[in-house]
Amino acid sequence: MAAGTEGQRHTALFADHVRAGGRMVPFAGYVLPIQYQGIAAEHERVRTAVGLFDVSHMGEVLFRGPKALATVQRIVTNDVAAAKPGKAVYTPVCLPTGGIVDDMIVYKEADDRLFICVNASNKDKDFRWFVEQAAGECEVLDLSDEYAQVAVQGPNAPELLARVLGEDVRGLKPFSFLKKDFRGADVIVATTGYTGEPGGEVYVPNGAASALWNRLLEAGKDLGVGPIGLGARDTLRLEMKYCLYGNDIDETTTPLEAGIGWTVKLGKGGFVGRDALLKQQREGLKRSLVAFVVEGKGIPRHEYPLFVGDRQVGHVTSGTLSPSLGVPVGLGYVDVPNDRPGTVIDVDLKGMRRAPARVVEPPLYKRP
Amino acid sequence: MAVPKDYRYTDSHEWVRIEEDNLVTVGITDYAQEKLGDIVSVELPRLGDEVERGERIGMIDSQKASSEVFAPVSGVIAEVNELLNDDPAVINSDPHEEGWIVRIEVEEIEQIDDLMSADDYEELIGRLDEEDAD
Repeated sequence: MAAGTEGQRHTALFADHVRAGGRMVPFAGYVLPIQYQGIAAEHERVRTAVGLFDVSHMGEVLFRGPKALATVQRIVTNDVAAAKPGKAVYTPVCLPTGGIVDDMIVYKEADDRLFICVNASNKDKDFRWFVEQAAGECEVLDLSDEYAQVAVQGPNAPELLARVLGEDVRGLKPFSFLKKDFRGADVIVATTGYTGEPGGEVYVPNGAASALWNRLLEAGKDLGVGPIGLGARDTLRLEMKYCLYGNDIDETTTPLEAGIGWTVKLGKGGFVGRDALLKQQREGLKRSLVAFVVEGKGIPRHEYPLFVGDRQVGHVTSGTLSPSLGVPVGLGYVDVPNDRPGTVIDVDLKGMRRAPARVVEPPLYKRP
Repeated sequence: MAVPKDYRYTDSHEWVRIEEDNLVTVGITDYAQEKLGDIVSVELPRLGDEVERGERIGMIDSQKASSEVFAPVSGVIAEVNELLNDDPAVINSDPHEEGWIVRIEVEEIEQIDDLMSADDYEELIGRLDEEDAD
C-alpha cells in the first residue's frame, strides 16, 4: 500500500490496478493509480493507440420526475432543453455570484430522467446543492456508490468499444450515449472524454466493472490497449485546455473568465448565476484563462505568479512538461489585454528565475 | 537503494561528498530521485552565489511535481552541473555521480560533521518506507 491511503476507499477495479503494477495514491477520497509504466508512455499510448482509465471516483446523480428537465435547466448554465434525448451536454453549475460550483456532464435520457456525472472532489457539495436548488420539484438521487466508470480514449478507442459493446456504438456522434447490455449488466456508453481523443466513457455497475475492464484489455491487445493512470489523465487534459476543478476553475472564477462562455446560454431563461454572468458579459472581462507555452525550460506550477515586465498580471493554474510537444506548457489567469495570443508573459519559478512564455490559441495540442 | 558509505546526508535528502579541504559536491539521493519519478527539468543557482545552510539552491521538476534543493552547508557556489540543463534525467539514472547538482566552496569544513552519516540516513529512509507501508 502507498503512503496515506488508510481510510481511503477502493474502486471496483482496485485489485486490477495492484495486479497491473499501478502506483497507488490517495485521490479525492479513493486510492487510485497515479501511473503504471510511466506518465509519458501512457500519454503517448492514448495519443496513438488506446488507453483505459478508472474514473470510478466520479459522482453520478439522477434527476427524475415530470419536472426533472425544468429543474436541471434552472441549475445549470448550458441549455439542456435544446438537447435531444440521447445527447450529453457539458455544463458548469454556478453560484448566484457566477462562481463555479462544479463542471459536469448531463446525459439527457428523457425530459423526466437526466443523469449527471460530477467531479469526485465535489460530489457531496454538488449533491447538497442539487437537493437545495431542486427544492422538492423532482427526485435527486445520488448513485455514486453504485457505478464504476471506465474511460476508453484514443484513436483506436471507437474500434475497441465496438468490439466489446456492439457495432452500434461505432456510429455514435460526439456527446451522445446509448444504453447497452454487458453480460447482463446495464451500462451506459457515452462518446465523451477528457483527453481530446475519440472514444468514450462507460458507466458500469460496480459488480460488472472488473469483467468489463479485463474484457477491454483482452479485446484490445492488437490495438495497443493499456491502463492509464491519473498522471497522464492530467497531462492529456491540460494539452487540450480542459479545465480541472480546483486548479483552473472554482467558486471564485466564472465560466466566462475560464474561456468556456459557450456553455453559458444567457438567452435560455432563468438559471442560477445568470444575472451575475450577464453583468460580467456586459461590463467586459477583467481577466481570462489562457494557455501558454514556455520558451526554454522551467515548468510552470499551480499558483506561480505571471508577470509582464515588473507587473504581476496573473497566476498559473496548471502546468506540466507537455509529453506531446516536448516543451513546458501551462494554463493561467491573466489580466486583459494580456490574454491575447502572442503576448509574452514571464513565469516566476518560485523566485529562482523568470521563464518567458507565449500566450497561444488553445488547444495546445492539435490532433494530426 | 544505494547509500554510499563515504557521503554525508541531510533529512531533506541531499547528499554531500568532500572533494578537497574546502570543496564539497552536492546532489540528491537515490531515495529522493526514486520518489520524484522521471525528472524533466532542473533550475540551478548562479556561480558565485553565497548560500546559507538550509537555503534553497535549486528546483527539480519531475513530470508530476516540483521539489526544492537546499544547501546542506554554507558557502559559495563554485560549480554547477551544466549537464543537467540538457539531460536532467541523469539524476534518475546516476544520482550519486554524474547526476551531482552543485559544488560549494566552504570556509569551515567542520560544518559537515552536523550532517547524517550513511548509517543514520539509511535508518531514516527505512523508517520513511515503513510509514509508507502502513
